[in-house]
Amino acid sequence: MSVSQMFITLQGALTADQDIREEIRKVVQMLEQTAREILTVLQGVHQGSGFQDIPKKCQKAREHFGTVRTQLASLKIKFPADQYYRFHEHWRFVLQRLVFLAAFVVYLETETLVTREAVTEILGIEADREKGFHLDIEDYLSGVLTLASELSRLAVNSVTAGDYSRPLRISAFINELDSGFRLLNLKNDSLRKRYDGLKYDVKKIEEVVYDLSIRGLNKDAAGGEK
Amino acid sequence: MSGKEGTGGFRKRKHDNFPHGHRREEKDKLNSSSAVIMAFKSFQVELDTRHDKYERLVKLSRDITIESKRTIFLLHRITSAPNGEEILMESEAKLDTVRQKIKQVAQELMGEDMYQYHRAISPGLQEYVEAVSFQYFIKTRSLVSIEEINRQLVFTEEDKEEETKPSSDCNNKQDHTWNLKVTAVDYLLGVADLTGELMRMCINSVGNGDIDTPFELSQFLRHIYDGFSYIGNTGPYEVSKKLYTLKQSLAKVENACYTLKVRGSEIPKHMLADVFSTKTEIIDQEDGLS
Repeated sequence: MSVSQMFITLQGALTADQDIREEIRKVVQMLEQTAREILTVLQGVHQGSGFQDIPKKCQKAREHFGTVRTQLASLKIKFPADQYYRFHEHWRFVLQRLVFLAAFVVYLETETLVTREAVTEILGIEADREKGFHLDIEDYLSGVLTLASELSRLAVNSVTAGDYSRPLRISAFINELDSGFRLLNLKNDSLRKRYDGLKYDVKKIEEVVYDLSIRGLNKDAAGGEK
Repeated sequence: MSGKEGTGGFRKRKHDNFPHGHRREEKDKLNSSSAVIMAFKSFQVELDTRHDKYERLVKLSRDITIESKRTIFLLHRITSAPNGEEILMESEAKLDTVRQKIKQVAQELMGEDMYQYHRAISPGLQEYVEAVSFQYFIKTRSLVSIEEINRQLVFTEEDKEEETKPSSDCNNKQDHTWNLKVTAVDYLLGVADLTGELMRMCINSVGNGDIDTPFELSQFLRHIYDGFSYIGNTGPYEVSKKLYTLKQSLAKVENACYTLKVRGSEIPKHMLADVFSTKTEIIDQEDGLS
Protein backbone atom coordinates (compact mmCIF):
# COMPACT_ATOMS: atom_id res chain seq x y z
CA MET A 1 0.00 0.00 0.00
CA SER A 2 1.34 3.40 -0.85
CA VAL A 3 1.79 6.08 1.75
CA SER A 4 -0.98 8.27 0.37
CA GLN A 5 -3.42 5.35 0.31
CA MET A 6 -2.62 4.62 3.94
CA PHE A 7 -3.30 8.17 4.92
CA ILE A 8 -6.58 8.18 3.00
CA THR A 9 -7.70 5.13 5.01
CA LEU A 10 -6.62 6.76 8.25
CA GLN A 11 -8.39 9.96 7.37
CA GLY A 12 -11.55 7.96 6.73
CA ALA A 13 -11.28 6.41 10.18
CA LEU A 14 -10.75 9.79 11.80
CA THR A 15 -13.75 11.29 10.00
CA ALA A 16 -15.95 8.39 11.08
CA ASP A 17 -14.74 9.01 14.61
CA GLN A 18 -15.67 12.66 14.39
CA ASP A 19 -19.13 11.81 13.13
CA ILE A 20 -19.72 9.60 16.14
CA ARG A 21 -18.56 12.37 18.45
CA GLU A 22 -20.90 14.80 16.74
CA GLU A 23 -23.86 12.44 17.25
CA ILE A 24 -22.94 11.94 20.88
CA ARG A 25 -22.67 15.66 21.44
CA LYS A 26 -26.19 16.19 20.14
CA VAL A 27 -27.70 13.67 22.57
CA VAL A 28 -25.60 14.98 25.44
CA GLN A 29 -26.94 18.47 24.78
CA MET A 30 -30.49 17.18 25.16
CA LEU A 31 -29.51 15.35 28.32
CA GLU A 32 -28.07 18.54 29.75
CA GLN A 33 -31.33 20.32 29.00
CA THR A 34 -33.33 17.67 30.85
CA ALA A 35 -30.89 17.76 33.75
CA ARG A 36 -31.36 21.51 34.02
CA GLU A 37 -35.13 21.06 34.08
CA ILE A 38 -34.90 18.53 36.89
CA LEU A 39 -32.61 20.82 38.81
CA THR A 40 -35.10 23.67 38.46
CA VAL A 41 -37.86 21.49 39.84
CA LEU A 42 -35.76 20.40 42.80
CA GLN A 43 -34.40 23.85 43.55
CA GLY A 44 -37.89 24.66 44.82
CA VAL A 45 -37.11 22.97 48.10
CA HIS A 46 -34.80 25.78 49.10
CA GLN A 47 -37.68 28.22 49.19
CA GLY A 48 -39.53 28.63 52.46
CA SER A 49 -42.79 27.46 50.94
CA GLY A 50 -41.14 24.54 49.22
CA PHE A 51 -40.72 22.39 52.29
CA GLN A 52 -44.30 21.28 52.41
CA ASP A 53 -44.59 19.74 48.99
CA ILE A 54 -41.29 17.92 48.71
CA PRO A 55 -42.99 14.65 47.74
CA LYS A 56 -44.77 16.41 44.90
CA LYS A 57 -41.52 17.87 43.61
CA CYS A 58 -39.82 14.51 43.79
CA GLN A 59 -42.69 12.99 41.90
CA LYS A 60 -42.31 15.59 39.18
CA ALA A 61 -38.56 15.06 39.03
CA ARG A 62 -39.03 11.34 38.69
CA GLU A 63 -41.26 11.93 35.70
CA HIS A 64 -38.43 13.86 34.07
CA PHE A 65 -36.12 10.91 34.67
CA GLY A 66 -38.32 9.04 32.21
CA THR A 67 -37.07 11.43 29.53
CA VAL A 68 -33.51 10.87 30.74
CA ARG A 69 -33.94 7.13 30.30
CA THR A 70 -35.05 7.45 26.69
CA GLN A 71 -32.26 9.92 25.95
CA LEU A 72 -29.64 7.68 27.49
CA ALA A 73 -31.06 4.78 25.53
CA SER A 74 -30.53 6.72 22.32
CA LEU A 75 -27.00 7.66 23.44
CA LYS A 76 -26.16 3.98 23.89
CA ILE A 77 -26.65 3.17 20.23
CA LYS A 78 -24.51 6.03 18.95
CA PHE A 79 -21.22 4.17 19.45
CA PRO A 80 -19.91 0.60 19.73
CA ALA A 81 -20.70 -0.80 23.15
CA ASP A 82 -17.12 -1.81 23.89
CA GLN A 83 -15.76 1.69 23.35
CA TYR A 84 -17.44 3.32 26.31
CA TYR A 85 -14.27 4.91 27.65
CA ARG A 86 -13.22 6.17 24.27
CA PHE A 87 -16.01 8.73 24.32
CA HIS A 88 -16.44 8.86 28.06
CA GLU A 89 -15.46 12.50 28.49
CA HIS A 90 -18.38 13.64 26.35
CA TRP A 91 -21.03 12.51 28.80
CA ARG A 92 -18.98 12.38 31.97
CA PHE A 93 -20.12 15.76 33.23
CA VAL A 94 -23.80 15.32 32.50
CA LEU A 95 -23.81 11.82 33.96
CA GLN A 96 -22.30 13.10 37.20
CA ARG A 97 -24.99 15.75 37.30
CA LEU A 98 -27.71 13.18 36.76
CA VAL A 99 -26.28 11.04 39.55
CA PHE A 100 -26.46 14.06 41.82
CA LEU A 101 -30.06 14.74 40.84
CA ALA A 102 -31.09 11.13 41.35
CA ALA A 103 -29.29 11.07 44.70
CA PHE A 104 -31.00 14.32 45.70
CA VAL A 105 -34.44 12.96 44.87
CA VAL A 106 -33.77 9.76 46.80
CA TYR A 107 -32.42 11.73 49.75
CA LEU A 108 -35.47 14.00 49.86
CA GLU A 109 -37.77 10.99 49.73
CA THR A 110 -36.09 8.61 52.15
CA GLU A 111 -33.13 10.54 53.65
CA THR A 112 -30.76 7.77 52.63
CA LEU A 113 -27.84 7.62 50.26
CA VAL A 114 -28.78 6.24 46.91
CA THR A 115 -26.85 3.10 46.01
CA ARG A 116 -24.97 2.81 42.78
CA GLU A 117 -27.39 0.13 41.61
CA ALA A 118 -30.38 2.32 42.39
CA VAL A 119 -28.92 5.18 40.35
CA THR A 120 -28.39 2.93 37.37
CA GLU A 121 -31.99 1.82 37.69
CA ILE A 122 -33.27 5.39 37.81
CA LEU A 123 -31.20 6.29 34.77
CA GLY A 124 -32.01 3.10 32.91
CA ILE A 125 -28.39 2.00 32.49
CA GLU A 126 -26.32 -0.97 33.60
CA ALA A 127 -24.46 -1.45 36.85
CA ASP A 128 -21.57 -3.50 35.49
CA ARG A 129 -19.23 -2.62 32.71
CA GLU A 130 -19.70 -6.02 31.09
CA LYS A 131 -23.33 -5.43 30.31
CA GLY A 132 -23.04 -2.24 28.30
CA PHE A 133 -23.54 1.43 29.05
CA HIS A 134 -22.76 1.64 32.73
CA LEU A 135 -22.07 4.11 35.51
CA ASP A 136 -18.39 4.57 36.27
CA ILE A 137 -17.63 4.48 39.97
CA GLU A 138 -15.81 7.80 39.89
CA ASP A 139 -18.79 9.47 38.27
CA TYR A 140 -21.05 8.05 40.94
CA LEU A 141 -18.78 9.36 43.70
CA SER A 142 -18.57 12.78 42.07
CA GLY A 143 -22.34 12.98 41.94
CA VAL A 144 -22.54 12.07 45.61
CA LEU A 145 -20.07 14.84 46.47
CA THR A 146 -22.26 17.35 44.65
CA LEU A 147 -25.14 16.11 46.78
CA ALA A 148 -23.15 16.92 49.91
CA SER A 149 -22.70 20.57 48.97
CA GLU A 150 -26.33 20.85 47.98
CA LEU A 151 -27.36 19.45 51.37
CA SER A 152 -25.20 21.90 53.26
CA ARG A 153 -27.09 24.62 51.47
CA LEU A 154 -30.38 22.92 52.28
CA ALA A 155 -29.44 22.84 55.96
CA VAL A 156 -29.01 26.60 56.02
CA ASN A 157 -32.24 27.23 54.16
CA SER A 158 -34.28 24.84 56.25
CA VAL A 159 -33.30 26.82 59.35
CA THR A 160 -34.47 29.97 57.63
CA ALA A 161 -37.74 28.24 56.84
CA GLY A 162 -38.11 27.27 60.50
CA ASP A 163 -37.39 23.57 60.12
CA TYR A 164 -34.90 23.01 62.93
CA SER A 165 -34.79 19.24 62.86
CA ARG A 166 -33.61 18.78 59.29
CA PRO A 167 -30.08 20.16 59.83
CA LEU A 168 -29.48 17.54 62.51
CA ARG A 169 -30.48 14.76 60.19
CA ILE A 170 -28.42 16.22 57.36
CA SER A 171 -25.46 16.48 59.71
CA ALA A 172 -25.67 12.81 60.58
CA PHE A 173 -25.96 11.93 56.92
CA ILE A 174 -23.02 14.03 55.81
CA ASN A 175 -20.87 12.74 58.64
CA GLU A 176 -21.52 9.22 57.51
CA LEU A 177 -20.65 10.22 53.97
CA ASP A 178 -17.46 11.85 55.17
CA SER A 179 -16.31 8.77 57.02
CA GLY A 180 -17.18 6.76 53.94
CA PHE A 181 -15.02 8.90 51.70
CA ARG A 182 -12.20 8.75 54.19
CA LEU A 183 -12.00 5.03 53.50
CA LEU A 184 -11.02 5.68 49.91
CA ASN A 185 -7.48 6.09 48.68
CA LEU A 186 -7.96 8.74 46.08
CA LYS A 187 -5.42 9.63 43.45
CA ASN A 188 -4.56 13.21 42.73
CA ASP A 189 -7.29 13.63 40.14
CA SER A 190 -10.51 15.56 39.71
CA LEU A 191 -12.38 13.31 42.15
CA ARG A 192 -9.81 14.04 44.81
CA LYS A 193 -10.22 17.76 44.20
CA ARG A 194 -13.96 17.45 44.62
CA TYR A 195 -13.47 15.42 47.76
CA ASP A 196 -11.30 18.13 49.22
CA GLY A 197 -14.36 20.36 49.14
CA LEU A 198 -16.38 17.97 51.28
CA LYS A 199 -14.81 19.15 54.51
CA TYR A 200 -16.17 22.65 53.96
CA ASP A 201 -19.66 21.24 53.57
CA VAL A 202 -19.20 19.23 56.76
CA LYS A 203 -17.95 22.34 58.53
CA LYS A 204 -20.85 24.44 57.30
CA ILE A 205 -23.42 21.97 58.57
CA GLU A 206 -21.66 21.62 61.90
CA GLU A 207 -21.84 25.38 62.28
CA VAL A 208 -25.56 25.31 61.61
CA VAL A 209 -26.04 22.55 64.16
CA TYR A 210 -23.94 24.50 66.65
CA ASP A 211 -26.00 27.64 66.13
CA LEU A 212 -29.14 25.67 66.75
CA SER A 213 -27.95 23.90 69.84
CA ILE A 214 -26.42 26.96 71.49
CA ARG A 215 -29.82 28.63 71.25
CA GLY A 216 -31.67 25.56 72.36
CA LEU A 217 -33.52 25.50 69.06
CA ASN A 218 -32.88 21.84 68.45
CA LYS A 219 -34.50 20.83 71.78
CA ASP A 220 -38.01 20.39 70.52
CA ALA A 221 -36.83 18.98 67.23
CA ALA A 222 -34.43 16.41 68.61
CA GLY A 223 -36.88 15.38 71.28
CA GLY A 224 -35.58 12.84 73.73
CA GLU A 225 -32.25 12.48 72.06
CA LYS A 226 -30.55 14.80 74.51
CA MET B 1 -6.75 3.11 65.05
CA SER B 2 -4.90 3.54 68.32
CA GLY B 3 -6.63 6.89 68.76
CA LYS B 4 -10.01 5.23 68.54
CA GLU B 5 -9.10 2.63 71.13
CA GLY B 6 -7.98 5.44 73.37
CA THR B 7 -11.39 7.08 73.24
CA GLY B 8 -12.98 3.71 73.81
CA GLY B 9 -11.04 3.28 77.01
CA PHE B 10 -11.90 6.80 77.99
CA ARG B 11 -15.55 6.09 77.48
CA LYS B 12 -15.51 3.04 79.72
CA ARG B 13 -14.16 4.98 82.64
CA LYS B 14 -16.89 7.57 82.34
CA HIS B 15 -20.47 7.23 83.50
CA ASP B 16 -22.84 5.84 80.97
CA ASN B 17 -25.21 8.78 81.06
CA PHE B 18 -22.49 11.13 79.94
CA PRO B 19 -23.90 12.46 76.68
CA HIS B 20 -20.58 12.68 74.88
CA GLY B 21 -19.99 9.00 75.47
CA HIS B 22 -23.32 8.18 73.99
CA ARG B 23 -22.56 9.98 70.83
CA ARG B 24 -19.22 8.28 70.49
CA GLU B 25 -20.85 4.94 70.85
CA GLU B 26 -23.32 5.75 68.13
CA LYS B 27 -20.56 6.85 65.84
CA ASP B 28 -18.58 3.66 66.40
CA LYS B 29 -21.57 1.57 65.55
CA LEU B 30 -22.08 3.58 62.43
CA ASN B 31 -18.47 3.23 61.42
CA SER B 32 -18.41 -0.52 61.34
CA SER B 33 -21.61 -1.81 59.85
CA SER B 34 -23.85 0.81 58.25
CA ALA B 35 -24.88 0.28 54.67
CA VAL B 36 -23.08 3.40 53.52
CA ILE B 37 -19.81 2.36 55.10
CA MET B 38 -20.12 -1.12 53.67
CA ALA B 39 -20.70 0.36 50.24
CA PHE B 40 -17.66 2.62 50.54
CA LYS B 41 -15.53 -0.31 51.62
CA SER B 42 -16.37 -2.04 48.36
CA PHE B 43 -15.66 1.21 46.49
CA GLN B 44 -12.27 1.31 48.16
CA VAL B 45 -11.47 -2.14 46.85
CA GLU B 46 -12.68 -1.29 43.37
CA LEU B 47 -10.77 1.98 43.15
CA ASP B 48 -7.59 0.46 44.54
CA THR B 49 -7.74 -2.37 42.02
CA ARG B 50 -8.17 0.11 39.22
CA HIS B 51 -5.33 2.36 40.38
CA ASP B 52 -2.99 -0.59 40.82
CA LYS B 53 -3.67 -1.78 37.32
CA TYR B 54 -3.09 1.71 35.99
CA GLU B 55 0.25 1.94 37.80
CA ARG B 56 1.37 -1.42 36.44
CA LEU B 57 0.49 -0.30 32.94
CA VAL B 58 2.38 2.97 33.33
CA LYS B 59 5.42 1.01 34.40
CA LEU B 60 5.16 -1.31 31.42
CA SER B 61 4.71 1.67 29.15
CA ARG B 62 7.90 3.22 30.50
CA ASP B 63 9.82 0.01 29.87
CA ILE B 64 8.45 -0.17 26.35
CA THR B 65 9.49 3.43 25.73
CA ILE B 66 13.04 2.88 26.97
CA GLU B 67 13.59 -0.31 24.98
CA SER B 68 12.13 1.24 21.84
CA LYS B 69 14.39 4.28 22.20
CA ARG B 70 17.39 1.99 22.53
CA THR B 71 16.33 0.16 19.40
CA ILE B 72 16.17 3.43 17.53
CA PHE B 73 19.67 4.42 18.69
CA LEU B 74 20.91 1.06 17.59
CA LEU B 75 19.35 1.48 14.17
CA HIS B 76 21.01 4.85 13.74
CA ARG B 77 24.37 3.13 13.87
CA ILE B 78 23.51 1.36 10.64
CA THR B 79 24.46 4.36 8.50
CA SER B 80 28.09 4.12 9.46
CA ALA B 81 28.43 0.40 10.11
CA PRO B 82 29.44 -1.98 7.34
CA ASN B 83 27.58 -4.89 8.93
CA GLY B 84 24.03 -3.74 8.39
CA GLU B 85 22.52 -7.20 8.57
CA GLU B 86 23.89 -7.79 12.03
CA ILE B 87 22.39 -4.60 13.38
CA LEU B 88 19.04 -5.40 11.84
CA MET B 89 19.08 -8.82 13.49
CA GLU B 90 19.95 -7.27 16.81
CA SER B 91 17.17 -4.71 16.49
CA GLU B 92 14.74 -7.48 15.66
CA ALA B 93 15.71 -9.26 18.87
CA LYS B 94 15.25 -6.04 20.83
CA LEU B 95 11.83 -5.47 19.32
CA ASP B 96 10.88 -8.99 20.29
CA THR B 97 11.55 -8.18 23.92
CA VAL B 98 9.46 -5.04 23.54
CA ARG B 99 6.67 -7.15 22.14
CA GLN B 100 6.89 -9.39 25.19
CA LYS B 101 6.20 -6.30 27.31
CA ILE B 102 3.30 -5.40 25.06
CA LYS B 103 2.00 -8.90 25.57
CA GLN B 104 1.96 -8.23 29.29
CA VAL B 105 0.02 -5.05 28.60
CA ALA B 106 -2.45 -7.04 26.52
CA GLN B 107 -2.81 -9.52 29.34
CA GLU B 108 -3.48 -6.73 31.82
CA LEU B 109 -6.12 -5.33 29.52
CA MET B 110 -7.82 -8.69 29.01
CA GLY B 111 -11.53 -8.18 29.49
CA GLU B 112 -11.09 -4.46 30.11
CA ASP B 113 -12.05 -1.50 28.03
CA MET B 114 -8.74 -0.58 26.46
CA TYR B 115 -9.59 3.11 26.30
CA GLN B 116 -10.06 3.26 30.04
CA TYR B 117 -6.32 2.75 30.48
CA HIS B 118 -5.27 4.22 27.18
CA ARG B 119 -3.53 7.19 28.73
CA ALA B 120 -1.25 4.90 30.69
CA ILE B 121 0.05 3.01 27.69
CA SER B 122 -0.21 5.52 24.87
CA PRO B 123 3.35 6.95 25.16
CA GLY B 124 4.89 3.50 25.08
CA LEU B 125 2.86 2.44 22.08
CA GLN B 126 3.84 5.56 20.15
CA GLU B 127 7.49 4.94 20.81
CA TYR B 128 7.05 1.34 19.73
CA VAL B 129 5.39 2.44 16.48
CA GLU B 130 8.32 4.76 15.92
CA ALA B 131 10.87 2.00 16.43
CA VAL B 132 9.05 -0.57 14.33
CA SER B 133 8.37 1.79 11.46
CA PHE B 134 12.00 2.96 11.52
CA GLN B 135 13.23 -0.59 11.25
CA TYR B 136 10.69 -1.34 8.56
CA PHE B 137 11.81 1.67 6.59
CA ILE B 138 15.47 0.65 6.75
CA LYS B 139 14.56 -2.82 5.55
CA THR B 140 12.04 -2.00 2.82
CA ARG B 141 12.21 1.76 2.24
CA SER B 142 8.48 2.07 2.74
CA LEU B 143 6.03 2.92 5.46
CA VAL B 144 4.71 0.14 7.64
CA SER B 145 0.92 0.04 7.72
CA ILE B 146 -1.11 0.06 10.90
CA GLU B 147 -2.51 -3.34 9.99
CA GLU B 148 0.99 -4.75 9.77
CA ILE B 149 1.85 -3.41 13.22
CA ASN B 150 -1.31 -4.80 14.74
CA ARG B 151 -0.66 -8.17 13.13
CA GLN B 152 2.55 -8.42 15.10
CA LEU B 153 0.73 -7.67 18.32
CA VAL B 154 -1.38 -10.82 18.40
CA PHE B 155 -0.02 -13.16 21.00
CA THR B 156 -0.81 -16.76 21.65
CA GLU B 157 0.25 -19.02 24.46
CA GLU B 158 1.41 -21.98 22.39
CA ASP B 159 1.88 -24.73 24.97
CA LYS B 160 -1.27 -23.98 26.89
CA GLU B 161 -3.35 -23.82 23.79
CA GLU B 162 -2.49 -27.39 22.96
CA GLU B 163 -3.53 -28.55 26.39
CA THR B 164 -6.94 -27.00 26.14
CA LYS B 165 -7.57 -27.97 22.56
CA PRO B 166 -9.24 -31.32 23.28
CA SER B 167 -11.88 -29.63 25.39
CA SER B 168 -11.97 -26.67 23.06
CA ASP B 169 -14.89 -24.41 23.07
CA CYS B 170 -14.73 -20.94 21.70
CA ASN B 171 -14.32 -19.23 25.06
CA ASN B 172 -11.44 -21.36 26.17
CA LYS B 173 -9.46 -20.65 23.09
CA GLN B 174 -9.93 -16.93 23.43
CA ASP B 175 -8.48 -17.06 26.91
CA HIS B 176 -5.10 -17.85 25.44
CA THR B 177 -4.85 -15.32 22.70
CA TRP B 178 -4.28 -11.69 23.42
CA ASN B 179 -4.06 -8.88 21.04
CA LEU B 180 -3.51 -5.22 21.37
CA LYS B 181 -4.62 -2.78 18.73
CA VAL B 182 -2.65 0.36 18.18
CA THR B 183 -5.17 3.14 17.64
CA ALA B 184 -5.08 5.28 14.54
CA VAL B 185 -4.02 8.28 16.58
CA ASP B 186 -1.18 6.44 18.31
CA TYR B 187 -0.03 5.24 14.92
CA LEU B 188 -0.09 8.73 13.45
CA LEU B 189 1.81 10.22 16.35
CA GLY B 190 4.38 7.45 16.13
CA VAL B 191 4.83 8.04 12.43
CA ALA B 192 5.22 11.76 13.04
CA ASP B 193 8.04 10.96 15.47
CA LEU B 194 9.53 8.67 12.86
CA THR B 195 10.06 11.62 10.55
CA GLY B 196 12.37 13.18 13.14
CA GLU B 197 14.46 10.01 13.15
CA LEU B 198 14.56 10.00 9.36
CA MET B 199 15.81 13.55 9.39
CA ARG B 200 18.63 12.54 11.71
CA MET B 201 19.39 9.58 9.52
CA CYS B 202 19.60 11.85 6.51
CA ILE B 203 22.12 14.14 8.19
CA ASN B 204 24.12 11.16 9.42
CA SER B 205 24.30 9.59 5.99
CA VAL B 206 25.58 12.80 4.46
CA GLY B 207 28.26 12.77 7.11
CA ASN B 208 29.26 9.38 5.83
CA GLY B 209 29.46 10.49 2.25
CA ASP B 210 26.30 8.68 1.26
CA ILE B 211 24.68 10.80 -1.42
CA ASP B 212 21.74 8.63 -2.46
CA THR B 213 20.03 8.15 0.88
CA PRO B 214 19.23 11.83 1.48
CA PHE B 215 17.30 12.03 -1.77
CA GLU B 216 15.41 8.86 -1.01
CA LEU B 217 14.59 10.19 2.44
CA SER B 218 13.38 13.54 1.21
CA GLN B 219 11.11 11.76 -1.25
CA PHE B 220 9.70 9.58 1.51
CA LEU B 221 9.31 12.43 3.97
CA ARG B 222 7.45 14.44 1.38
CA HIS B 223 4.97 11.59 0.99
CA ILE B 224 4.40 11.50 4.71
CA TYR B 225 4.07 15.26 4.90
CA ASP B 226 1.48 15.17 2.12
CA GLY B 227 -0.37 12.49 4.04
CA PHE B 228 -0.45 14.56 7.21
CA SER B 229 -1.56 17.61 5.28
CA TYR B 230 -4.39 15.51 3.87
CA ILE B 231 -5.52 14.67 7.38
CA GLY B 232 -5.10 18.28 8.48
CA ASN B 233 -7.21 19.13 11.45
CA THR B 234 -9.57 16.16 11.15
CA GLY B 235 -7.39 14.46 13.68
CA PRO B 236 -7.00 15.35 17.30
CA TYR B 237 -5.05 18.30 18.58
CA GLU B 238 -1.81 16.37 19.17
CA VAL B 239 -1.60 15.38 15.52
CA SER B 240 -1.86 18.96 14.29
CA LYS B 241 0.78 19.94 16.82
CA LYS B 242 3.23 17.45 15.37
CA LEU B 243 2.63 18.79 11.90
CA TYR B 244 4.73 21.84 12.72
CA THR B 245 7.77 19.79 13.77
CA LEU B 246 7.28 17.60 10.75
CA LYS B 247 7.48 20.65 8.54
CA GLN B 248 10.77 21.64 10.14
CA SER B 249 12.24 18.17 9.65
CA LEU B 250 11.19 18.16 6.05
CA ALA B 251 12.74 21.60 5.49
CA LYS B 252 16.05 20.40 6.90
CA VAL B 253 16.11 17.36 4.67
CA GLU B 254 15.13 19.35 1.61
CA ASN B 255 17.82 21.91 2.35
CA ALA B 256 20.32 19.10 2.72
CA CYS B 257 19.39 17.74 -0.70
CA TYR B 258 19.61 21.21 -2.13
CA THR B 259 23.10 21.69 -0.77
CA LEU B 260 24.18 18.33 -2.10
CA LYS B 261 22.87 19.15 -5.54
CA VAL B 262 24.39 22.61 -5.73
CA ARG B 263 27.72 22.00 -4.05
CA GLY B 264 28.07 18.29 -4.62
CA SER B 265 29.32 18.61 -8.15
CA GLU B 266 32.07 21.06 -7.33
CA ILE B 267 33.41 19.86 -3.99
CA PRO B 268 35.50 16.73 -3.55
CA LYS B 269 33.54 14.00 -1.83
CA HIS B 270 35.66 13.83 1.27
CA MET B 271 34.92 17.45 2.09
CA LEU B 272 31.16 17.18 1.71
CA ALA B 273 30.65 16.45 5.34
CA ASP B 274 32.29 19.71 6.38
CA VAL B 275 30.21 21.80 4.02
CA PHE B 276 27.13 20.12 5.17
CA SER B 277 27.72 20.40 8.88
CA THR B 278 28.23 24.16 8.68
CA LYS B 279 25.00 24.42 6.73
CA THR B 280 22.98 22.56 9.34
CA GLU B 281 24.46 24.63 12.10
CA ILE B 282 23.06 27.71 10.46
CA ILE B 283 19.66 26.08 10.24
CA ASP B 284 19.80 25.10 13.89
CA GLN B 285 20.62 28.64 14.89
CA GLU B 286 17.68 29.93 12.92
CA ASP B 287 15.41 27.46 14.62
CA GLY B 288 16.69 28.53 17.98
CA LEU B 289 15.89 32.13 17.24
CA SER B 290 12.37 31.62 16.00
